[in-house]
Parts: sequence; structure tokens; C-alpha cells
Amino acid sequence: MDSETKSTFSKSTGLPRKRFYRARAHSNPLSDSHFPIPIAPSHVDFSLHFPKVIEADNKISKKIEFADIGCGFGGLLISLSTLFPDTLMIGMELRDKVTEYVKERILALRKTSSEGQYENISVVRTNSMKYIPNYFEKGQLSKMFFLFPDPHFKEKNHRRRVISTHLLDEYAYVLRAGGIIYTITDVEELGEWMKACLEKHPMFESLTQEELDLDPVVELLCSATEEGQKVARNGGQTFRAIFRRIAYAS
Amino acid sequence: MVYALVVLILTTVLYGGAMAQSGCSDALTSLFPCLGYLTGGSSSPTSNCCDQFLTVVHSSPECLCMVVNSKENSFSGFSFNRTLALNLPTVCNVQTPSPSHCKESNIEEGENQNKLEVAPALISVHPSQKSVAVTVGSDLRVFDLIEKCPVTLVDESDVPSRKESIRAIRYSASGKLFVSAGDDKLVKIWSAESWRCLITVCSEKRVSAVAISSDDLHACYADKFGVVWVVELDGINEGEVVASKKGASLLSHYCSIITSLEYSPDGRYILSADRDFKIRVTVFPKKPLEGAHEIQSFCLGHTEFITCIAFISTPELTQGYLMSGSGDSTVRLWDITSGSLLDTCEVSTMAGHLVSNETEPPTQVTVTDICGIPNSSFAAVAIQSFQGILLLSCDLSAHTLSITKVIKIPGESFIPTSISVSTSTKLLWMVSGASNLPGSNHPGFSRVRVMSCTDTESFPILEDEQIPGGTKLLEQLQGKVAIEESVMSAAAEAVRAAMSSLLMKKQYSEEKREFRKRTRNDKKTT
Repeated sequence: MDSETKSTFSKSTGLPRKRFYRARAHSNPLSDSHFPIPIAPSHVDFSLHFPKVIEADNKISKKIEFADIGCGFGGLLISLSTLFPDTLMIGMELRDKVTEYVKERILALRKTSSEGQYENISVVRTNSMKYIPNYFEKGQLSKMFFLFPDPHFKEKNHRRRVISTHLLDEYAYVLRAGGIIYTITDVEELGEWMKACLEKHPMFESLTQEELDLDPVVELLCSATEEGQKVARNGGQTFRAIFRRIAYAS
Repeated sequence: MVYALVVLILTTVLYGGAMAQSGCSDALTSLFPCLGYLTGGSSSPTSNCCDQFLTVVHSSPECLCMVVNSKENSFSGFSFNRTLALNLPTVCNVQTPSPSHCKESNIEEGENQNKLEVAPALISVHPSQKSVAVTVGSDLRVFDLIEKCPVTLVDESDVPSRKESIRAIRYSASGKLFVSAGDDKLVKIWSAESWRCLITVCSEKRVSAVAISSDDLHACYADKFGVVWVVELDGINEGEVVASKKGASLLSHYCSIITSLEYSPDGRYILSADRDFKIRVTVFPKKPLEGAHEIQSFCLGHTEFITCIAFISTPELTQGYLMSGSGDSTVRLWDITSGSLLDTCEVSTMAGHLVSNETEPPTQVTVTDICGIPNSSFAAVAIQSFQGILLLSCDLSAHTLSITKVIKIPGESFIPTSISVSTSTKLLWMVSGASNLPGSNHPGFSRVRVMSCTDTESFPILEDEQIPGGTKLLEQLQGKVAIEESVMSAAAEAVRAAMSSLLMKKQYSEEKREFRKRTRNDKKTT
């Protein structure tokens, strides 16, 4: 296998080794982007992202339904991939090195998996705060994830937070009615902020406790992501806000 | 003791003067062991000094530019021997980036500063041609076409206009109100009859676009950070000056300059176009002060910044279609309910060979302004560095947009920077001009021309005497009637440069990016 010859891959698992993809913890979402951006959702080339699915399908009848915004090292995507094998999902990440790592990780997983798993997940480097409408059509998504986003403590930097009233308008646009938005953080202040933004927004309603208990995705929020595992290791608290996109007529 | 004192003095001096220089005070303070050498006290730097110097070269080389660029032998009040300072790399045997990097970045920033101040002249005409307004820089000039006399603006509000460029003006559809806004962060709503300032709205940021709802109940304005704000206008009356207000945020384009704002003809939607190639169509809510959350569509297809949007509608099709002009040298036609692109009209091919007396025709041209000619399927389009107007014809049933006529403006080099059409008379008013031209002591100038759109065969350009209001109008709107040709073309070029520097994404060379990366913290460990 050629991955064995590459020193950046682990010899035992065939997966890329994280220490070769060390990146900064933060990235400025306000800066001008210098990576390619699709002109419109119809310009996104799916055959590059999901070659096997497209091959089997022959035509692109399926659309991406889950988006993990700020997917980090891709832990959630990989867990969701086997849980929803028929759903296409994409991770979006701003940091180039991290995106590169997730890409290699998915490719390695596809290679090592015997049952053709992990063909339904992919990753793209983009600034989702700016370019969400360039990737998804109106009502295309059924789930969106915002797990352990950058807290941006300073008030001056609150506009860099990935959840805000104005950005929720765009998320509501790409989510279909009934779609679910999952947010979680270990920072209490940010947890309250995200919850307040969602509660205030007329196009979202909170899920009930029973609904949360029935949803298999909810427990993955903590257990599947690298950040979530770190918080669990340190015995930290987490703050969730899970809301449904509702039909709305103004 | 002496040592501690030196540190103290150096710290105070540097912190006092250089706080603004983004973290350079720390870096330069760390050079205190070099003080003895730099002031000429000792003939060679200590090894401690060279070590610190090496650290600064690696961590924040840009800070050294401050020393390179200092003209005298002092920096923020701290005096040193500049020659000795520039010799430090040699005596310490430390490799530094070439000092030319400092110059390069500084010159560039200086140029950008100048370009940004250049503002194009704008024109707006009353829907029934009762008056016409032109703005150049901070100057707002209005001419009454009924009384045929200049209008004196009355502004008794508690926040008077400041001397900064006005970036957007327009009449409301009813013709009762007029709005002006710009770099002074003030939005002023005027009565278009008495010309008193009725409301002043204070914006937090510079304003780039404005719109008034067709029922005259709301005004929207967009700031340079992509937020659209709304203010309620009900309860304003003639002669009653309301205290300054603040807007409520309506929607936001994430950190992108909004270049154009427009209500749909039926008033259902508010449209906002930005430099990130997109047009957002948002349902204008019943309670706008609570925000506009429902996005109808995004019109995506342009491959450069969008400069202007306008509707085209006929009596049979009142809803109309949207046209948008962009830096990608196209005008596109959209269906706003679905956001689908109906047609693309390439204007560079047409304007390309028509670009007159320029040294080299640009491959991409920017559409500066679009105007739908009322009750017709024609639209007038102004293009950067093109001396005239393109007439597009829109087939509303076949959904096509094509160039039908190229109208060259004879004589002087007149490149329209803004156009406006009156609904009643079908006269197209054009202005060319700019303020704060580099190398000119003139605060700004403008030239007004008028084209008739009543005769859809010839579209004649009116002579100065034929313009409603005649030379009296021109005197008021232009300041002076005769303008040298050289100034006109210089202005067009300055406006073009200012616009591209404001709206186009900056491209940095590989070398420069590498140089900037040196200052990044995550590269330190490698």
C-alpha cells in the first residue's frame, strides 16, 4: 500500500497522523478568502466528493443533506457516516491543514473499509459564514451541526461567532422545514448566546426532551468529536441547543 | 539601578507613541540591550543585544520597518543613531529581509488611501421630473425644474452633514422624499418639496447604499460591513424636524460591502447586492424592526463584484425582472422568486472596441449603472471607461437580454459615472465626475448630459441649451460650465481605480504572502 510509504500516515492503522497537520486553533472568518468558491450550488462537482455514490447512481439524484459546519478533524462525520449510510454529508472547515487531514482521513478509511463504507462523507475548505448559499440550495439540508465553535469571548469579536441572528437567516434558508440544527459548546457564555439566538429567531423551535432522547445523533455530539472527547476527559460541562426549522410565513 | 531606569524610560516612550503600531511596542522594547550601541554609547552591540535582535527579526520583521522608515534619528521621541541602527544586521551578523519590503507595502497602502477617497459623482432625478439632484464629494446640489431655480437645502437637524463624500442618493418612488447618505455615517431624509432635512439617522459605519419603500414608510440603508438597517418613516411631516434616530438591523451579508439596495416593484422583497458576487432576495416583513428573516432566494452567477441592480417592467408585467451589472463585464437577468439566471448579456465585446483613446482596452469592463426605462423593455447601461450608453433590450416572454444600440456621446470625453431616468418624461440624466481627484486642488467637478428616450429609434443626446433648465441648471449642478477635457478623463480613470481597489479582492504575490507569513505565530515552532 502506498500509504505505508508515506511517513505522515500511521503504519498500524493506515490513517493520517494528526501531528503532521498541526494547525492554529483559530482562523479569522472576516478575512478575504483565497480558495476557490463555487459560483452557485449547481457548480459544485459531486463526482469529486462522492465518486462511488455518483458511479452507482449514474446521475446526481441525491443531494447533500447533512452539513457539519466547522467539522474540525471530522470525528462526527465519520460516526454519522455509518449511522446514516444512505445520506450524503459534507464537512466544512476554514483551516486548510485541518481540511487536508480530514480529506486524507476519509480516503484512508474508504480504502481500509471492507464494505465500501465512508463513501457518503466528504469535506470542503470554505468559509461557511460567507459562502453557505454557494453550496446549498433552498431547503436542501435536513441537519446542520455546529459543534464546539470558536467562542470569541470579546464583545468586539461577537460578530465572528458562527451562530448569530443574521447568520441563522441563512441557515434557515438552506434547512428544510423540519430540519434540525445541533449546537454544542463547553463554554457556558457561548452556550447561552447560541440558545438565545435560536430562541429569538422566528423560524426555529426547541426540541422537546422526548424528541432529544429519541434522536440517536444527540449523544454523538459529545462522544464523536475530538473536542467533545477532550471535554469529557477533563470532566467539563457541555451546553447544548438543538432546534427545529419550522415552516414560516411572514 | 541605571539599567532599570533605562528599561523604564524606553518602555514608557515606546508605549506612549507606538501603541497603534499593532504589537510592535513589545518587539521594540525587547531591543533595550541595544540602547547603548544605538545611542552611540558603546562601539559594538552586546551579544545580548544581537540575540534579542535575532528574535525580533524572526518574530516580527515588520516592526523593523518602523525603524527603516523613520526619517529622523528618532522614533516616537526616543532618539538613536539611524545609521547605527541600519548597521545592526551587519555587526550582529543577522540576516534580515530586504528593507525594500518595507517600502513596497507602505507605498501600496498610501495609494489605496488616496483611491478610496475618490468618490464618483451621482445623479438622481425626481420620478415626475420636478427636480434633479447631483452629488460630488460632500456637495449635494439640487435644481428645481418647475420653478427653474437652484434649491437651497435646509438642514436644522442636531447632526449637520460632515465634509465627507456622499455615496448614495435617491428619490422615493412617490417623489415625496429624498435620501442621501455616505462616508459621514449619516443618512439624511429630505422632503423633496420643501427640501428640509426631516430625519437624520446616525449609522455606526459608512453607508454604501440606500432605499425607500414604495409606501414611503421605511428607509433602508446598508453599511460597509454588510448590515442593512431600517428606520420607520411614519409620523414625519412637513416642517417638523425629528431628532436623530438609529436604525434597527434588518439583515446582514456576512462582512461584505453591499453595493446596491432595491425594493421589488410590488414592495414584497428587499434586494441587496454585494461584492461577494451575490444578490440576496429577502421578504420584506410586516414588522421590519424585528428583522427580515425569510430569504426568498439568492441570485448567483456573477463572477465578480456586483455594482448595480435595477428592475425592468412593462405595463403587462408589473412584477418585472431584475437586472444586475457587475465587474465581470456582464449584465444578467434574473427571476427573483426562484433566483434563477435567465440570461447573461456580455458587454465587453461591444464596449471593447469602442473604448476610445485609452492606452490599452481593459479585458474586463465594469458596469457602473443600470436604469430600466419606464414602461418599455429597454434599459440604459453605463460602463466604465466607455464614452456613452449601451441600450439593452429585454424580451420579457423569451427571457433574453441583448444589446440593441450603442450610443456614443459626441464631443468631449464624457464617461457617465451615474445615470437616472424620470418616469414621466423618459429623459435619461447622466453625470460624469469625481471628487478628491489626486493631484488636483479642485474639490470635485461634475458634468451633466441628458439623453431622450422618447424616440426609441434615435435616442438623441440633448445639447446643453435643450436640457430642461438650460445653462442655469448646469451652473447649479456642475458648479462651472466649462470643464477641461483632461480633467474629465482623469476623473473617469480615478473613479475606475477607486472602485476596483474597493471592491476587487486583493491579490498578493507569493513572495509577499511568504513575507507576511513570517509574522504568523504558528510558524514559530517549525
